[in-house]
Amino acid sequence: MRGWMGKFRSLFLFGTLALILSGCGQENLSALRPKGYGADLIFDLMMISIAIMIFVFIIVMAIYAFVLIRYRQKKGDEDVVPKQVEGNKTLEIIWTVIPIILLLVLAVPTVQATFDLADQSTQGDDGVLTVEVTGNQYWWHFNYQGEEVSTSQELYIPVGERVYLDMKATDVIHSFWLPSIAGKMDTNPGENINTMYLEAYEEGVYWGHCTELCGPSHSLMDFRVIAVSPEKFEQFKEDLRNIDPEAEPETSTAQEGQDLFNNNCMSCHAIGNAPMGVGPNLSNFANRERIAGILDPTQENLTDWILNPDEYKPGNKMPAVFEGEQFADLTKEEKRDQAEKIAEYLLQLDHSDVGVDAPTQSEN
Amino acid sequence: MSTAAAQKSGFFATLWDYLTTVDHKKIALLYLYTGGFFFLVGGLEAMLIRIQLMKPDNEFLAAGLYNEMITMHGTTMIFLAAMPLIFALMNAVVPLQIGARDVAFPFLNSLGFWLFFFGGVMLNVSWFTGGAPDAGWTNYAPLSTTSPGHGVDYYVMGLQISGAGTLIAGINFLVTIVNMRAPGMTYMRMPLFTWSSFVVSALILFAFPALTVGLFLMMFDRMFGSAFFDVGLGGNVIIWEHLFWIFGHPEVYILILPLFGAFSDIFSTFSKKRLFGYSAMVFATVLIGFLGFMVWAHHMFTVGMGPIANSIFAVATMAIAVPTGIKIFNWLFTMWGGQIRMTSAMLWSVAFIPSFTIGGMTGVMLAAAAADYQYHDTYFVVGHFHYVIVGGVVFGIFAGLHYWWPVMFGKILNEKLGKLAFWPFFVGFHLTFFIQHFLGLMGMPRRYWVFLDGQGLNTGNLISTIGAFLMAIGTIIFLINVIYTAYKEPKCGRDPWNGRTLEWAIPSPPPHYNFVQTPLVRGLDPLWVEKMDGKNEMTAAEPLGDIHMPNGSILPFIMSLGLFIAGFGFIYQVDDSAWLIAVFVGMGITLGSMLTRSLKDDLGHHIHKEELERDIKKGVGK
Repeated sequence: MRGWMGKFRSLFLFGTLALILSGCGQENLSALRPKGYGADLIFDLMMISIAIMIFVFIIVMAIYAFVLIRYRQKKGDEDVVPKQVEGNKTLEIIWTVIPIILLLVLAVPTVQATFDLADQSTQGDDGVLTVEVTGNQYWWHFNYQGEEVSTSQELYIPVGERVYLDMKATDVIHSFWLPSIAGKMDTNPGENINTMYLEAYEEGVYWGHCTELCGPSHSLMDFRVIAVSPEKFEQFKEDLRNIDPEAEPETSTAQEGQDLFNNNCMSCHAIGNAPMGVGPNLSNFANRERIAGILDPTQENLTDWILNPDEYKPGNKMPAVFEGEQFADLTKEEKRDQAEKIAEYLLQLDHSDVGVDAPTQSEN
Repeated sequence: MSTAAAQKSGFFATLWDYLTTVDHKKIALLYLYTGGFFFLVGGLEAMLIRIQLMKPDNEFLAAGLYNEMITMHGTTMIFLAAMPLIFALMNAVVPLQIGARDVAFPFLNSLGFWLFFFGGVMLNVSWFTGGAPDAGWTNYAPLSTTSPGHGVDYYVMGLQISGAGTLIAGINFLVTIVNMRAPGMTYMRMPLFTWSSFVVSALILFAFPALTVGLFLMMFDRMFGSAFFDVGLGGNVIIWEHLFWIFGHPEVYILILPLFGAFSDIFSTFSKKRLFGYSAMVFATVLIGFLGFMVWAHHMFTVGMGPIANSIFAVATMAIAVPTGIKIFNWLFTMWGGQIRMTSAMLWSVAFIPSFTIGGMTGVMLAAAAADYQYHDTYFVVGHFHYVIVGGVVFGIFAGLHYWWPVMFGKILNEKLGKLAFWPFFVGFHLTFFIQHFLGLMGMPRRYWVFLDGQGLNTGNLISTIGAFLMAIGTIIFLINVIYTAYKEPKCGRDPWNGRTLEWAIPSPPPHYNFVQTPLVRGLDPLWVEKMDGKNEMTAAEPLGDIHMPNGSILPFIMSLGLFIAGFGFIYQVDDSAWLIAVFVGMGITLGSMLTRSLKDDLGHHIHKEELERDIKKGVGK
């Protein structure tokens, strides 16, 4: 009976805690609202540790409050000399042993979870996707291994399946954090390749951050992960494989934009499947949640970005093309006009409508 | 006594006195003034950071400047504020607590201070010469090795010079505590503050060389074209992380342990009880110091060390909670059954217990390696380490300053103002940092220049900024208190708190030879032992005789100045080899002063018996 009561009580405490904490933060960004296997596992571990810690805190605070209220010096007692206690073996053993037990209770699931999240047993199996993730100042590249598909800034994954990420960086250390699906892992330059996996429970657009200081625009190196059904994911891969980088846009301004793009931007940016370039791959650009990871996807924002990238992401490596020599004789308005054409071209790069209806939770 | 002499002989005489002093009590004041100044600088940087994060998409600070701000805030607070303020307390108190007349190497004590001073000045000069370091206080490669400008060079040279000073100070205190204890002051009779200073000095001895090595590698990469951290040439960036944290984690304990000692003394004094479980406290201190070296990689759980290393370091980290828990309970039971007097010093100490307990608990949460994949490098970590460092170290420094102000200045800091400073700081502290745990879990990474609107982070950040302003108000009131006390408060005389340890057995402030006669220690809390025997002073362990004291010297100042000049030479010789002249001149000055020091005999001076007798008659010696 007692044991049952104890279990019930801890369950109750556990449940209340989980309930309170899960009210915190945006649904697709918060570690407190897990939407994937890793985040879920970690959330449970967090709850165990918080429960233990609150238990300890209550005991400490109870003794603390009692001592401070009961043993304050009272008026007239200034000359009283209290008993000079040296110590108490029993008490000291108690407060050494109980913490050790509590820590063991926490250590076991910790080690289990640590090994669980490092599991790579199915990597390389048939039908198991591995994505090569590369961190750059200040953008992310995703190459879908063996699929002839690559995207930048937005990673598409099938829901309910384990997707392995092989991670590295080209310049400085970055860290890939997707709080609502899994934890984070650093991307290191050099030969260290770190591997973690994602497994999303529901379709949706999840927000990720860079979490290792990587320069002035560290805080602007956001990315999105779009989880779609496995069927739609197949469709997505098919769509991206079939991109024709040379495809002629419909409107004439967009055509002019394409020419400008080909002459000025192609050396860094690819469209369609290509090895990682100096700048992000622009496949399916029209369906991006954000421009450069942070700006709302409007033509005006894109034009501003093209004209002066450094103003929006200080220290990033994209040059303000229209400040170059070949455009020296253009007026400010003419430059803007040109940039608008490129923006129009890019915003009609609608290669796949997979994921556009995925539940998101941006501005609210 | 020194102030009276100074007033007679004017400003330059006082300045010269402090530049050349080797007296541990004056060096304590130098550490206090410099550390206090840098604490204000670091606090100002913190306020600018919080103003920047007051609202989403704020443009108060530019992105690059923001990174300089966070880097300098962390570096300043750890190396230039917390460390020297701890050394101020150690210098002022440890020799007195063990019944010594000075530290073992007074000359080195002065050298340690001046090296720290010039290292700190060098770091901050970077603000005026084209940009401060901007790669975070952890200075991870390759962001640091590729950082443009000279900011990171200043970080490397400034920390190298001040780190040498810290290492020297650590060795000095080790030798002092081993060799200079008064008769009867066995190890197991040393006050906890002395014990923790002893352990911390050992930590410094083993931890700082790792930083020194790391900084040397970084220096050669940046200034002389080596490639230790250049992956393109076969280097490895993770090595820096290991070296930094092999130093960096013990550094955390170097900061907190002396204050654990201070709290132990304060709880004991203001509860009128001996410390509960003294030997367990000593054992716990040593154990924390030892384990502190075994856990550095818990700062690197997400680096990709693999599950085996992560698990080992996770469990080792959790183990530290046990000795820390022992300490918390021993403090509570020291107060249990006592006669608690709620002075300002006691108020800060009492506030420390819940604050630090929270910091310790989030520490255990962070130790769970898998869970750290969510916490790491988010505001959860920022919340955690501020709970430990502000709730532990800063509260401890405030408590220690209130408690030992009489030893340093012969006055008690005004109690009313002391409590008035405490409350806004305490409330502001919890307001600022508690919410940060949640901000982190809700998706706010650390070191973010801006956070975007629409991510549910606005309210939390605003609350945090409001709290920071309350902390600033508390600090300003404390400063007012210092000034007010200097001008308005009366001298407090000897033993104002009904103390238990040796620093209270002599007048406050002590004469420059500390003890007229070396005291005989008859137990733990030696002064209390005598008081219980109905005496109010220590029994002398030696007859009254001449006292041998060291002479002051300007050489430590000049040696450090030489390294300061050479530092600039090293930084700028990359641009123009003419700067090598500064390297040679600076090193010449330093080596020349070292040669002078080695060749010139300086046997010190004696304070004669007659002089002491005169002092005793005037009431100085008692």
